[in-house]
Amino acid sequence: MAEASTSERGAARGTSSDTMKTVGAFLARQGILVAFILFMIAFTLWNPRFIDINNVFGVVRSSAILGVMALGVTFVVIGGNLDLSVGSMMSFSAIVVLDLHENPAFGPALAIPAMFAMTLCLGAINGFLIGYLRLNSLIVTLGMLSAIHGLTLTYSGGQNMDIANQSATWFDVFGRGDALGIPIPVLIFVGLAAFLGIVLAKTPFGRKVYAVGGNGTAATFSGIPRARVVFFTYMISAFCVATAGLIQASRTMGAQNTVGQGMELEVLAAVILGGASLLGGSGTIFKTVIGVLILGFIQNGLLLAGLEFYAQFVVTWIIIILAVWLDIATKRGRLWSPIA
Amino acid sequence: MSEQTPALRLEDIVKTFPGVRALDGVSFSVLPGEVHALMGENGAGKSTLMKVLGGIYQPEEGRIFIEERETVMHGPLEAKAKGVMFIHQELSLAQELSVAENIYLGELPRKAFGRVDWDTLYSRTDAILSKLKVSFNARTRVGDLSIANQQMVEIARALTVDAKAVIFDEPTASLTDAEKSVLFDVIEDLKAQGVGIIYISHRMEEIFRITDRISVLRDGEYRGTLETAETNEDEITQMMIGRSLDLSRNFEELELGKVALRVEGLSCGKLFQNVSFEVRQGEVLGFYGLVGAGRTEIAETLFGLRTPTAGRIFLKDEEVRINSPIDAISKGISLVPESRKEQGLVLGMNCRDNITLPQVDDLKAGPFVAEGAEVSIYDQYRDRLSIKSPSWRTAVGNLSGGNQQKIVIGKWLSMRPEVLIVDEPTRGIDVGSKSEIHNLLRDLAKQGYAVIVISSEMPEVLHVADRIVAMYHGQVMREFDASEVTEDGLIQAISGITNDAA
Repeated sequence: MAEASTSERGAARGTSSDTMKTVGAFLARQGILVAFILFMIAFTLWNPRFIDINNVFGVVRSSAILGVMALGVTFVVIGGNLDLSVGSMMSFSAIVVLDLHENPAFGPALAIPAMFAMTLCLGAINGFLIGYLRLNSLIVTLGMLSAIHGLTLTYSGGQNMDIANQSATWFDVFGRGDALGIPIPVLIFVGLAAFLGIVLAKTPFGRKVYAVGGNGTAATFSGIPRARVVFFTYMISAFCVATAGLIQASRTMGAQNTVGQGMELEVLAAVILGGASLLGGSGTIFKTVIGVLILGFIQNGLLLAGLEFYAQFVVTWIIIILAVWLDIATKRGRLWSPIA
Repeated sequence: MSEQTPALRLEDIVKTFPGVRALDGVSFSVLPGEVHALMGENGAGKSTLMKVLGGIYQPEEGRIFIEERETVMHGPLEAKAKGVMFIHQELSLAQELSVAENIYLGELPRKAFGRVDWDTLYSRTDAILSKLKVSFNARTRVGDLSIANQQMVEIARALTVDAKAVIFDEPTASLTDAEKSVLFDVIEDLKAQGVGIIYISHRMEEIFRITDRISVLRDGEYRGTLETAETNEDEITQMMIGRSLDLSRNFEELELGKVALRVEGLSCGKLFQNVSFEVRQGEVLGFYGLVGAGRTEIAETLFGLRTPTAGRIFLKDEEVRINSPIDAISKGISLVPESRKEQGLVLGMNCRDNITLPQVDDLKAGPFVAEGAEVSIYDQYRDRLSIKSPSWRTAVGNLSGGNQQKIVIGKWLSMRPEVLIVDEPTRGIDVGSKSEIHNLLRDLAKQGYAVIVISSEMPEVLHVADRIVAMYHGQVMREFDASEVTEDGLIQAISGITNDAA
């Protein structure tokens, strides 16, 4: 929004140097998209298989679980907080839904809503502690990461969960099915992104999330129930995590207790890469989707390049650092600005 | 004076930001032993110029000279090393450290093995403090000092180096009169030592009291330098805003309506006690007092941000309890808060969204925000308050202080309140916008609003209020009718002198 006005003024003057600046400002604003396109071109030149339709579909499909989680975390981050518990919460959802699926008292039709309810309870704990008790979100969700992991292990007794009779259930539709040739996980991701994108951009609630994250005090002075808004950002995050857990469980028809381990960082990387500020108040669902795709294509590209899968963990870290650095550098107007 | 070597000289400084020429060939010099005022409306370029001087911004054109030697500033540390010191409006001290540690931070005297030489540190600091005639010592924790005394610590820091030039940026914003005169003594001392002083302030009275010359900026351009002794407020104001300003009290008495708000014996712990007043539709009630007298706290209590410990609140003769801002807003009370940037606005949000923020739940088309209706609300208040902004899409952080304040006022007017409370309506706002906002407040009363104005500036309450409540230490000292109040009477009341003859 800030950039929009500058570019308008620049355009109004219309001199050539101003035009350059306007173009520059546009590129800076869309930097992430430009970087994405350049990256795609470079990798395609290097290995044409990269842009192969099957490969592209494969990337989108494998990004769907991460993407769904990132949608929820976008709300939390714009609201000015962090959610580091999403990875271990996703393990919890997957384990729970698989266990209940195998429980004759539930079956797939009841297992899914029951799992959603339990996951939303975890989100409510986050939201209550951070919104109503005003505890620091980093500490609360880092603690929840560990606590939920313990909860999952207690629940499962440390055992992996598997669906015994895979041919007798329709449960695999969420992870393995497709409609009109498009994988269901991708459809869920796109559908949820569209829905949450509209919620964030067009509804009063979305507006309040921006206000609370942009300036919480001013939001209070404008009569916005800050605690409730923060609470609901965590509920949305938990809902997305439950959805991701469902896709994960359905895709593999079984899960380890640690299936979501480390994903909190990847999710955060995608959200920051999309350009949401960690200070809150800025970001969009569309940008997060771009961030998710970039992360997915980078990881895929590196695999095609023959890098070990485990190198991804290091790469994710490098991407986070670069994204945060570029964000800060754009704001300060220079790359090198140490603490004086 | 002209034969002297300037302590500091800036020549044809140009600094642009995308779409804005913030400084357009500004030249300016300070002689040793001179107090040189730098004046201009907000947005005129004063702070940009100071940031160039401190090396925070690099100018595109122009040169900086210190004692006629050309120099390039790369950052605040370099500026300090070259003898240019800043006393900032917003203090930058480590609250948990002692006065001495703050003053010598980064260059603490050392003994063998890198241990801090505390004895030397404290004795050096106390030597500097004794020059400033302050009541605290080197070992005092900075967090325990008043704002004024913290400012003294910053000044002491400036005295540790061989300063050629010291820049004071709105130094008296939060000082009492007694503290101000200590500050002015210090400035006199610095002057006597041959230091060049740049003094930035909006307060004419101070400018004419302590400065030797005045330079004026307008819209990033240098408008000229005048000898203080040979000019007057009108001339300076004209240079700053390009027209003259009428600050006299010239409004007609308004037709009073019903009592909109009545407060009886309201108390909130130690913050204020037994406060009673009423405000009618069609009048402006002023609250005047020193910082900390409890005025803002009363406003916050009426707005549901604090819970009163005693007393009753009546809106249109009906007793109400106000538990939260949401409650206050729904009952028709609006508060334009003291601090525009911290409490009033979401700076990264656009103008339209800021204005409609409190009513975003009511502006719905189906489940969505009715953006068309929002734009027309923005347009309506842009016209009514003459808000100058390129578009509703502009982030409010990019507007000038005056326009930001109008956005906050517009936000609350669009809620159609019964009672509008405005806390420090013109803090940090330039002279031009100031009188515009004063006229606006009078207009609102004329339209039948009940308006409460809280201010620390006497001319402001005298100018806009019909009645003035004078507060001292959480108590209402007296209520004055604005037509018969005297400045002396007001000053005595807010200083706690209970002399009814005033």
